[in-house]
Amino acid sequence: MPDAGHKRLIELCQADARMRTVVMSTEEEGVGLATGAWLGGAKTVLLMQSSGVGNIVNALGMVRECRIPLLLLVTMRGEYGEFNPWQVPMGQATPEVLRAMGVIVQAADSAGEVAAHVDAAARIAFGGYAAAAVLVSQRVIGIKSFQEQSAR
Amino acid sequence: MSTLRRREVVRTLLAERGDLLVVAGLGSTSWDCTAAGDHPLTFPLWGGMGLAAMTGLGLALAQPARRVLVVTGDGEMLMGLGSLATIGVQRPANLAVVVIDNERYGETGMQETHTAHGVDLAAMALAAGFASSVLVRDAAAVDGLRQSVHRAPGPLFAQVKVAADKESVVLPPREGALLKNRFREALLGASAHLQ
Repeated sequence: MPDAGHKRLIELCQADARMRTVVMSTEEEGVGLATGAWLGGAKTVLLMQSSGVGNIVNALGMVRECRIPLLLLVTMRGEYGEFNPWQVPMGQATPEVLRAMGVIVQAADSAGEVAAHVDAAARIAFGGYAAAAVLVSQRVIGIKSFQEQSAR
Repeated sequence: MSTLRRREVVRTLLAERGDLLVVAGLGSTSWDCTAAGDHPLTFPLWGGMGLAAMTGLGLALAQPARRVLVVTGDGEMLMGLGSLATIGVQRPANLAVVVIDNERYGETGMQETHTAHGVDLAAMALAAGFASSVLVRDAAAVDGLRQSVHRAPGPLFAQVKVAADKESVVLPPREGALLKNRFREALLGASAHLQ
């Protein structure tokens, strides 16, 4: 699922012949997709914004019960210097919601941490048949403002 | 009201299944598939309502040389309508989604679903970009549908209207990890456990 913080990563994935990108209509679909792909022997990674974590809660029960490897890369909203108050409740709850469903959470607060955290999360997800999420802070991806939004 | 019996429809669809891969939506369609014969290459969902079609899409994309059949209910499909659009964009030629439509939430007291009030899932799938979509009301068409599942270029959608009868509950194994592991071993071989 697109997010401004994932823009470049999505473009890189689309340009990589070894990957297939699937755009979804809601994040929940991605948990089903990941389950089916793993049944068929393929690996997936789900990109989403933190608000999308709220959309996948029940679906996370399926991957936990089935021990499906699930790698989530979550760009944060409502977490640090957020201008939109409607984003704050889900952004603040994101780590707790994930942990409540048994997802291993690794938060990257600086750009230098991201690659190592993604590598570690991938190892624990695919090595341990677990769900693991990397939360990429707004400190890394930048804080949106109304002025920046309207200038785009 | 349709007179088709859901158990007979699913038994016909799964007859001579060959190397067909099957995802069964939670509730009655899972019991229907089990009544037709528990099989390691059937993945019956016990949860994840709304995700059967997407699980089928993931499987179809990972295994493009195999045919994949999703058998699910109208209530389950209604919870994941967006996945029709996602499948319509991906257009996997090897995927079929068959909705066994009794116009009821069968596991929670037989309350009416939206399909009892005219919501046309087959038209939605066609509008979403499925290669073909049919509404099935008679037994002769069910056997034709079975052949399409194995041969027709997908993605294929079918909405099969069935009687709102309560059938016996025929349970597949419950444990998710077991269902996953037996499916992967049957499909990928024992080396799947080393992946």
